Amino acid sequence: MSEVQMIKRSPAEQSLSQRRAKESMRSQVAMFSLMIFLTLVSFSMVFAHLNDVPGFSKFFIIPTLFLFAAVQVGLQLYYFMHMNEKGHGIPQMFMFTGAMLGFLLPLTFVTIVWW
Amino acid sequence: MDLNTKFTPETWPAHPERATLEAKNKFVGFWLFLGGETILFATLFATYMALKNKGPSGFGFTTQELYTLPLVFVMTMLLLTSSLTSVYAMYHLKSFNFKKMQLWLGITALLGLGFLMLEVYEFSHYVQLGFTFSNSAFSSAFYTLVGTHGFHVAVGLVWITLLIFRNSKRGLNLYNATKYYTFSLYWHFIDVVWVFIFTVVYLMGVIG
Repeated sequence: MSEVQMIKRSPAEQSLSQRRAKESMRSQVAMFSLMIFLTLVSFSMVFAHLNDVPGFSKFFIIPTLFLFAAVQVGLQLYYFMHMNEKGHGIPQMFMFTGAMLGFLLPLTFVTIVWW
Repeated sequence: MDLNTKFTPETWPAHPERATLEAKNKFVGFWLFLGGETILFATLFATYMALKNKGPSGFGFTTQELYTLPLVFVMTMLLLTSSLTSVYAMYHLKSFNFKKMQLWLGITALLGLGFLMLEVYEFSHYVQLGFTFSNSAFSSAFYTLVGTHGFHVAVGLVWITLLIFRNSKRGLNLYNATKYYTFSLYWHFIDVVWVFIFTVVYLMGVIG
């Protein structure tokens, strides 16, 4: 604990840090809206496919669903879990290792493993 | 400096979750755990994708006729919203507002509880239809994947309830800031896994 120093911010510094926190919160809410939007589009596309709306074939929807899922997960990790901030090099290494295996394992199981 | 040292909004560090050596260790350790969890869920996803719609002849269930999208949609909205409420909680953690943080975490827990209740309802509905764990390779893979996620939600609920009550009189300090922060990481991770579950299991399931 000895390495923690208690530093009192001046009123100006305090209001600056509050303003920055509010700004970053605003971008978090914007990212949340984007996630909700992607989710709505994903469900709507599948709904359109089930109701035989022309243009929503399986071969268009499935890759798009995966793309939207990947974007959503990226937003969660980089914004909600703060991986875009400084000091997240090691977390990135862990998560990229996980993501790589997360891609390879299902790929192996559905392609070259014999069931 | 003692772990229980009282801070004020003016003296509260910019990164309370990583302000001490112990906190830094917990932070890195927790991310390692999440990396491991990713691989755990990857194996379960791989098994599910390989065994989907497979089982003994005439076991009688396919993803297309089993899943109902409206329920999954409501569950997704509940969990996604609970992710945002925990972001609000972490905003108040950083601005040293203990009461508001506890309030937002309480809302997060309620949304999580709603999600879990719907999942219990979903599973019991499937079991009534005869889609039990031992029905087929498909059912075993489905319950193991989605059930492991549900178990993680349940663990998260117990975790946050304990944190809220144990620290209710203590207030924020550098000892418990990391604990709250790692919980929020865990909760977002649960949402990350759910994004893949609703895409791979449910949406792709009803497409067939």
